[in-house]
This record gives sequence, structure tokens and C-alpha cells, in this order.
Amino acid sequence: MKPLLGLAGLGGFVLLLEVIPRAGLVPSRYLPPAAEIAVALGGELADAGFWAALRDTLSGWVLGLLIAAVAGVVLGLLIGAVPVLRELTASTIEFLRPIPSVALIPLVVVLYGASLQSKLVLVVYAAFWQMLVQVLYGVRDVDPVADETARAYGLGRAARIRHVLWPTALPYVMTGLRLAAAVALILCVTGELGIGAPGLGARIAVAQSSGAIPDLYALIVVTGLLGVAINVGARAVERHALRWHQSVRGEAAV
Amino acid sequence: MRIVYWLGLPIVLVVAWWVATAGSTDFYVPPLQSIVAVFFDVWTLDRLRADVLPSLLRLLAGFALALLLGVGLGVLIGSRPRVRATVEPVLEFLRAVPPPVLVPVIMLFAGIGDGMKILVIVSGCVWPILLNTVEGVRAVDGVLTETARAYGLTGPARLWRLTLPAASPQIVAGARQALSLAIILMVISEMFAASSGLGYTIVEFQRSFAIPEMWTGIILLGLLGVVLSGLFRLAETAILGWYHGLRRAQKG
Repeated sequence: MKPLLGLAGLGGFVLLLEVIPRAGLVPSRYLPPAAEIAVALGGELADAGFWAALRDTLSGWVLGLLIAAVAGVVLGLLIGAVPVLRELTASTIEFLRPIPSVALIPLVVVLYGASLQSKLVLVVYAAFWQMLVQVLYGVRDVDPVADETARAYGLGRAARIRHVLWPTALPYVMTGLRLAAAVALILCVTGELGIGAPGLGARIAVAQSSGAIPDLYALIVVTGLLGVAINVGARAVERHALRWHQSVRGEAAV
Repeated sequence: MRIVYWLGLPIVLVVAWWVATAGSTDFYVPPLQSIVAVFFDVWTLDRLRADVLPSLLRLLAGFALALLLGVGLGVLIGSRPRVRATVEPVLEFLRAVPPPVLVPVIMLFAGIGDGMKILVIVSGCVWPILLNTVEGVRAVDGVLTETARAYGLTGPARLWRLTLPAASPQIVAGARQALSLAIILMVISEMFAASSGLGYTIVEFQRSFAIPEMWTGIILLGLLGVVLSGLFRLAETAILGWYHGLRRAQKG
């Protein structure tokens, strides 16, 4: 029943997109009917330039997310496990985190131009804070009794990080990864759109300036589908990594 | 001791920046000293009123509209399971579209005036608020709902006394995400097509190679982000004080 209603909703949405411009409620040069967008989408899919742009966007996204995730986890565990470091860095993290990464756009333009590097700086900066803050929350959640027990059994620092700290922090890390994956896509496309670094965003900018409105919409649809795929993928990774965890086991039992 | 902890690292970082760039001959990375020197020349009161104030007003208008729209629609959708099942896939798709790519589309419809910039902010901010509200409303405690029904609590009273308070932690979490998106979108919309605003001014500095001035703009934008997130935290403490207190009490 539920999937059927969802399909009906999607169908209705597409139908609305078809009917509104056809009925003249909105000029069709602003919003082309859904059929025209679909044709433009087919044209894009047949174009080698589109696939190159998609590859550029994805490689920027993967690379940026990877760097941010590794840096966030390593620094988060380090800072979280050492109380003095946590106290010392708290104010700096609080200060740097709300700085919008788009503020860096003019800077990376003059430093790196329209290149992969400029995109990476934006993506890494935005995704890193999502990861770091989640890891810090995760480390703080460690059960003191479990930690003391591990210590009493003579586990060293490395073993305690592996067997106590990491499993506690993992759900938080996964949430961080999910948030970071979405933010990384936004900043990746924004960088391409604003700087002109090669990718889907740059292709959107070209479609806009050349007045190819159906293509503009088709490309936006692609970015949306990409976003959905990333969300679904991140959820799958999360469920897989946490299959031992209460929250996921509980879900499966219901 | 606390003050040492709070100010220690920032001071070290600023000093490191100052020293590392002191003799900088790189045109694009000017000495911090010269950035600080031009800061107050660039951001005079007139300038703040002409460029920063309109940006902030657009940001607030967009954020407030997104909040109204998101919570309103979220309560509607969240409290009706069939409506939720119908619109959920569409909402998931719309949320997944990176908001900045809508800037070109919204420019088609709304030109390049204030309306377009506010619309861009709303179009991006509304999703985290809307989806979080839906989740929050859906998760309202069943016993509380039944109790409210038994006491004859209906209509606006029920919304005001049961649904919204119960969903408020989720709504606030969505609003926090939306706020950082709002700042991003404010800057993006001004970088694209504008004749005023903070984003516009920074890009203008960059294009005319006024590099120290550009740096001051970036720093100002950073400070703005910090101030806004601080204000948000104050508001959150005021709105969710009862909730955090409850959680502390439950944890014992």
C-alpha cells in the first residue's frame, strides 16, 4: 500500500510538471513540460560531455569526502581521547565550524582557479566539521564503567580505542558520514557552479547562460537523483556497519 | 584556568598566522597585519548599512519564511499517514537536489531582485525543517496523544500544547541545519547576480584584485557565521530549556 501511494505521489508530481506549463499557468520558457525535460535528459545521457561532467563531480565528491572522513575520525578520536586537547580545542572548533565554506570561494579562485583543488578545499572544509563534531560526541558517549573494566583487564590504550572507544563512537561516525556525504555533494556542485571547475555544476551554468532551459532542468533532475542515490547508499552503509548495534537489530526484529 | 583553555589555542593560531605571513610576498596571501590594517577602512558603518544589513535582512526573511512553511506543512503531512506516504518520495527527491543549482531556475522566474534571493534561501532551508517536523510529529508519544484525546484537547489547543512541544527538539535540529544552509545560500545568491550584499562585495574585491580587502570580507563572513550560530544557541536554550532539563533529570 505504502509504495503504491508513493508511486502515485511521484506520478502526480510529474503530471503537475506536465500540465502547469501546458495550461499556460507558467510560461513554458521558464518551466518546460515534463516531456520536454525528459527528452533533454535523453539527449544529455547520449552526450559524452555529460558523462565526463558526472565523473568530475563524483570524483570531487569521493575524494573530498574521503579526506574529510579520515581527517575527522583521526582528529576526533585523538582530541576526544585526551581531555586536555578537548578543552584546548573546544573554542577554536566552535569558532571555525559555523564559518560558511562558501566564504572560501573567492579565496580558492585566486589561489587555485577553476580546478579540482578549489572544489576539494570547499568540500573538505564543509564535510570535515560534520565528521569531527559527530566523532567528538561519540567519544564523549563512552560508558565510563566499560572503559574502567577494560583498563582493569589490562588493555592498553590502543586496545581500548579499538574495543571500547571505536564501537561506541561508530554510530555517531556513521551519522556524521551521512550528513557529510550530503553536504559534500552540495559544496561540490556549488563549487562547480560558482567557480566553473569542471563537473555537473559547470554544465548547469553553461546550460543557463546559453538559454538551454530543458537541459537546465534535466541536469537539475540528475543532481537530485545523485543526491537520492547518495542518501540511500549512505543509509545502506550505515546499516551494514552497525548491523551488530541495538538500533539496527531492533529495527530488523520489528 | 578556563579562560586559558578558551583563549589559548585561538591566540596561538592567530599569532602563527601573523608570523607566517609577516614577510609574505605572495600577492594572494598578504600579511595578516595589512589585512587587519584595512579591515576598519573597508567595513565602515556606511558600508555595513549598505551591504551587510540587506544581506542579513534577506537571510532573516528567508529563514523565517522557511520556518513557517516547513513547520506548517510538516505538521500537516506528519499527522496524516496517507498524505505522508504519498508525498514522501517527492520530498526526498526535492530535498536531495543541491539547493544552489536552483539559483539559475529561480533567477528565470524572479529576476535578480530581493525576491529571488529570499526565494533561493527559502527553497534550500525549507527541507531540513519540513522533514524534521514530519519525523517529530510522527513520533509524538502515543500515550500522550490518547491522554490529550481523553481530555478533549482538540484543534489549535492540541497543536499548541501537545504536537508542537513534542516535536520541538526535532524541529530545532532541522532549523539548525537550515541556518547554516541559509548563510551558504545568501552568499551564493549574491555572488551570482546582485548589486549589493556581502557576497557581491567580496566577489567584487576578488575581481578587482583588492586581495587584502577580499580577505577582510571572508573574515567578516566568518564572524557573521559565528554570531548567528551563537544567537541560535541562545534561542535554542530559551525554547528547549525544559527539554534539556528533562533529559538531564532522566539521566540522573
